[in-house]
Amino acid sequence: MFIFTQEDENKIDKIVKKYPVKQSALLPLLTLVQRRDGYVSPEAMRAIGEKLELSPGYVQSVMSFYTMYHSEPTGKYIILFCHNISCQLNGADDLFAYTGEKLGVNGGGTTEDKKFTLHKEECLAACCGAPMMRINDTFYENLTKEKIDKILDSLP
Amino acid sequence: MTQILFKNIDMEGLNSIDVYESQGGYKSLEKAFAKKPDEIIEMVKASGLRGRGGAGFPAGLKWSFLAKDVFPRYLACNADESEPGTCKDRELLEKTPHLLIEGIIITCYACRIETGYIYLRGEFQHASDLMDQAIEEAYAKGYLGKNIMGSGLNLELYTHLGAGAYICGEESALLNSLEGMRGEPRLKPPFPAVEGLYGKPTVINNVETLCVVPWIINEGPEKHSALGTEKSKGTKLVSVSGHVKKPGNYEVVMGTPIREIIYDMAGGIRNDNQLKAYIPGGSSTPMLPASKVDVLYDYESIQAAGSMLGSGALIVMDHTVNVVEATLRLAYFYMHESCGKCTPCREGTRWMWQLLNQIQEGTGTNEHVDKLLDISDNMSFKCFCPLGDAAVAPIVSGIQHFRSDYDELIKKLTTDTVAG
Ligand SMILES: Cc1cc2nc3c(=O)[nH]c(=O)nc-3n(C[C@H](O)[C@H](O)[C@H](O)COP(=O)(O)O)c2cc1C
Ligand code: SF4
Ligand code: FES
Repeated sequence: MFIFTQEDENKIDKIVKKYPVKQSALLPLLTLVQRRDGYVSPEAMRAIGEKLELSPGYVQSVMSFYTMYHSEPTGKYIILFCHNISCQLNGADDLFAYTGEKLGVNGGGTTEDKKFTLHKEECLAACCGAPMMRINDTFYENLTKEKIDKILDSLP
Repeated sequence: MTQILFKNIDMEGLNSIDVYESQGGYKSLEKAFAKKPDEIIEMVKASGLRGRGGAGFPAGLKWSFLAKDVFPRYLACNADESEPGTCKDRELLEKTPHLLIEGIIITCYACRIETGYIYLRGEFQHASDLMDQAIEEAYAKGYLGKNIMGSGLNLELYTHLGAGAYICGEESALLNSLEGMRGEPRLKPPFPAVEGLYGKPTVINNVETLCVVPWIINEGPEKHSALGTEKSKGTKLVSVSGHVKKPGNYEVVMGTPIREIIYDMAGGIRNDNQLKAYIPGGSSTPMLPASKVDVLYDYESIQAAGSMLGSGALIVMDHTVNVVEATLRLAYFYMHESCGKCTPCREGTRWMWQLLNQIQEGTGTNEHVDKLLDISDNMSFKCFCPLGDAAVAPIVSGIQHFRSDYDELIKKLTTDTVAG
């Protein structure tokens, strides 16, 4: 079962007030749930739809447009590994392969212990710190194998 | 060298309102409020400021197109920053959020707007949190809210996060996304200045564009228009990335030679390798060969050289690069980011990626190259939005300037086939 907590409700009230039209709160609400649960379940889509007077089908059609929303559970840490041009020029492909091998998810995916989800990602606007990755909200730049080891090993 | 945006950029604590104010921050508001809104628009027109998000449209002129006497009006600040190679807006957002707020306040005063949204790409959660904090500080000091500094201006300002889609940087797609829809572009006209957010007149400007506005008010439009070249005024933040020794965002006066940006500011090519190619304005702008390194960094010179200034992302490639491989990555990007609304782009980007992939893998022929050019022809100016043209740019320019890179991979096929 999906429920919004009181804390969620307070946040939602604040979000909805930002806009003259309720529907504008759709992405922020999806983001809220995604951040809380790591993904957006069909029940969550329904609950969000009810809040904003939108059908679950509509919520899903919007959600599926955006790559940051997941409809399946993800790892505790979502690693977005940039492979776009500036990172590619600075060796991102090797480092991505290295990370995949290290975590046992070659080419990307979620680790068995559900700790990490590794994703190849398009440019994340940190091109001057290439190669880079984003883990949850944090950007890590100028990566090397040693740096990746240190970062991943330090995450609880 | 004049620094409009980056003068104090690395100052400790600049993102807090106290430090920002101690450096003269928010001082432009009093000056602006002493003038009539229309006078501000005239000042920005006279300054020659052009939009820094990619298209380079004159900012003051855009504001003057707002539908007359239709209210409410909205401001949408474009902080989507998703053009590969570009990372300047993130630095502004994270290090000097109050500069953006100050620019937004003046813009909203000039355009008589009472509600503004800063649309940030979803991955900018951290920047968005910092921005929210700065907005809260600005409310507490009375720079936002009701009757700001007795000027009569009421302004509510909010952040809004996207969720991963390059196309949401395109202004009409951004508006759809902000309204809680799929981020697909809208038909233009009507332009946002007439019918934008919620069908109301809307100003859309890039972060960097808005950040220049306080300086124009403080220093006067003449000082801004005195900087740069005939058609490119002021300074530009250039994100220099790729094979340079010191990648970074540099604020350059318009008209600075690209050689100077690459070799002096960014320290030259890694390992003192040879420059092979560069992309002057982000992945959507045609690449240029090393022979064009003396081109000046301004709208008209880069255009004369066969490319565009775009968002100001200078991507540098040294002689070890095969252009096909770099192009393939961009072709993948455009295929991935095509919103799928129109056929030439949806189908064309996929097809071009497949052809390039075959060339890269050594199974391509000259016909593959011809086909790439043919598809490009059928996409240029025939797609619903400019993403289609953007997708074509690296491919056509790469073939034009670096045909031998293609031939190398194609020839390999023939020798291998003969040997096999
Ligand atoms: C596919 C596409 C992506 C774009 N991405 C961005 C972006 O990330 N940031 C931005 O400011 N402008 C972007 N633009 C340009 C905007 O549509 C718009 O011209 C700009 O935000 C206007 O602001 P300005 O006049 O201050 O430059 C993009 C355009 C297209 C066609
Ligand atoms: S050109 Fe591409 S991105 Fe633009 S509307 Fe058509 S399919 Fe969508
Ligand atoms: S290319 Fe990797 S962050 Fe921009």
